[in-house]
Amino acid sequence: MAILELSAQDVRKMFLYVSQRMVESKDLLTQADKAIGDGDHGVGMARGFGAVAEKLEGQSFNTVGELLKTIGTTLLMSVGGAAGAVFGTFFSGGAKNLGDAPSLDSRVLSHMLLDGLEAVKQRGGAKVGDKTMVDALQSAAMKSEDMSSAPLSESLSAVAGAAEQGMEKTKEMTASIGKAKTLGERSLGHADPGAISTYLILKFMTEFVTERDAPR
Amino acid sequence: MGIRTYCVLESRYVRLMDIVDQRLYCLGMEMLIGCAIESVSQDTKKGACMNKTKKILNDPKNVVPELLEGLVDAYHGQVRKLDGVNAVVKSKLPKDKVGLLVGGGSGHEPLFAGFIGRNMADGAACGNVFAAPSPDIILSATKALNQGKGVLYLYGNYAGDNMNFDMAAELAAEEGIATQTVRVWDDVASAPLERMEDRRGIAGDLFVIKIAGAVSAQENDLHEVSRIASKARDNTRSMGIALSAGSLPETGEPTFELPDDEIEIGMGLHGEAGVSREKMLTADALVEKMMHRILSDLPFESGYEVCLLINNLGASTMMELLLANRKAQQILRDKGISVHDTLIGSYCTSQEMAGFSITLMRLDNELKSYYDMPAQSLALVKA
Repeated sequence: MAILELSAQDVRKMFLYVSQRMVESKDLLTQADKAIGDGDHGVGMARGFGAVAEKLEGQSFNTVGELLKTIGTTLLMSVGGAAGAVFGTFFSGGAKNLGDAPSLDSRVLSHMLLDGLEAVKQRGGAKVGDKTMVDALQSAAMKSEDMSSAPLSESLSAVAGAAEQGMEKTKEMTASIGKAKTLGERSLGHADPGAISTYLILKFMTEFVTERDAPR
Repeated sequence: MGIRTYCVLESRYVRLMDIVDQRLYCLGMEMLIGCAIESVSQDTKKGACMNKTKKILNDPKNVVPELLEGLVDAYHGQVRKLDGVNAVVKSKLPKDKVGLLVGGGSGHEPLFAGFIGRNMADGAACGNVFAAPSPDIILSATKALNQGKGVLYLYGNYAGDNMNFDMAAELAAEEGIATQTVRVWDDVASAPLERMEDRRGIAGDLFVIKIAGAVSAQENDLHEVSRIASKARDNTRSMGIALSAGSLPETGEPTFELPDDEIEIGMGLHGEAGVSREKMLTADALVEKMMHRILSDLPFESGYEVCLLINNLGASTMMELLLANRKAQQILRDKGISVHDTLIGSYCTSQEMAGFSITLMRLDNELKSYYDMPAQSLALVKA
């Protein structure tokens, strides 16, 4: 059976799972960042999502917005650097217009991604094609609009797929923002680490939902 | 060698297998294959091994608070660390002073916190290694420094620093604290002149901090401090070169790969690419290349007066810095540019990166009078 929505408490459990998987992805992200950046992305994201897990453990949330805001603030304060600012802004910005929504469905997901994307673009000034997380996020957010009346399990998996495509495209781009920008053509062939993280977050969200979806 | 490389790959392979699914595993394998090719070719070329860099640490996750504790102790009461955040501020601040807050990622010591002191910075917001400080750190330091005259933010021009300091500035404004920002973008190798605002901030930070610190000790108008600091920034140009990489304490891994017989011209402070990779050069030939780019950028002309900084990126020897200084001064003499002051040493580093940068700041009467004010900080003392 398809999952239509998750309660705020289940979204909390989902992000506990996402946090654990992001911490486990530290080495992969370190290698990706070493290729075109300064190699600290894995360490930063692992530190940030470790802090998110600590923060969410034992807390309860009535609304999805409240939960996302907590995640955003925690990432902002713990990751540091450009990644902290961007991923913190993504979650906090994504929470902005969710009001009292008590659960996450495809429509809420789409709001979260579109508002999060807008906030990230405003903060960092990156646009599509700059080889940043915006390439993965924009692709995901657009897909979420198309899927906003589908069951959550279906929209999430489509959105994660779109994020993956956006991330893959960054391999063909030369960086024009951030520490990789002076690499020029040397950044070709490598995916942007922030785009990989964006894809991973959505992929791990999907895993959590589809595992619940599987017949038990 | 081949066997060792294989073993390293094998262990990474197992770790990756533990944590990623099939698709991601493929993504990882692409990177691994890249690493394998690179390490095999390097192994055969120079017999390198992939050992992690040796560093004497305690818990690598704790290096920033621990280095700040060490720094505070070295200041003998003149500075204090703020509770709960990685920020250091002067213990006593004169009333009505414009605060000068510097900051950025850690790992570049003595930059930034080592430049707190008399006629220098008032505080430093310190991020994790190579990562900008988060807005809460910057805001805490801002509040600690604000004496009602506002706070000048002075830092290197990087996306992460720009975003985090901007967010802190917005939060400070909500609390009624005025801030202004001067971003240092002295690295001529990092973008062409017409895109000056895309350039990175490197060792030129030191000269701008020196000037801004002196101004903020005399002028209690935030705009005036900002104006003169910006002028110092606009007259400062730098360029670096690297022979080998520094490594992150938490991973022990070098931040880039550079063959033993090559040199990166224009290398950034975090291993960002420069303008070219070349075979090893003599000190004179290298300094000539660097000086040519620096001099033609402002441009520095005959009759100008400058301050010169030969900055060690971490692992180079004083001997090499002195050779670089010898050639740089020769070139300046030949050009008819007089050197008002010379600094040689480790001011703005990148862990154990081997290499150095050269910085020139053109002086006018105003900048010169502030440059000549005495300064007392951990890393820069001027009588």
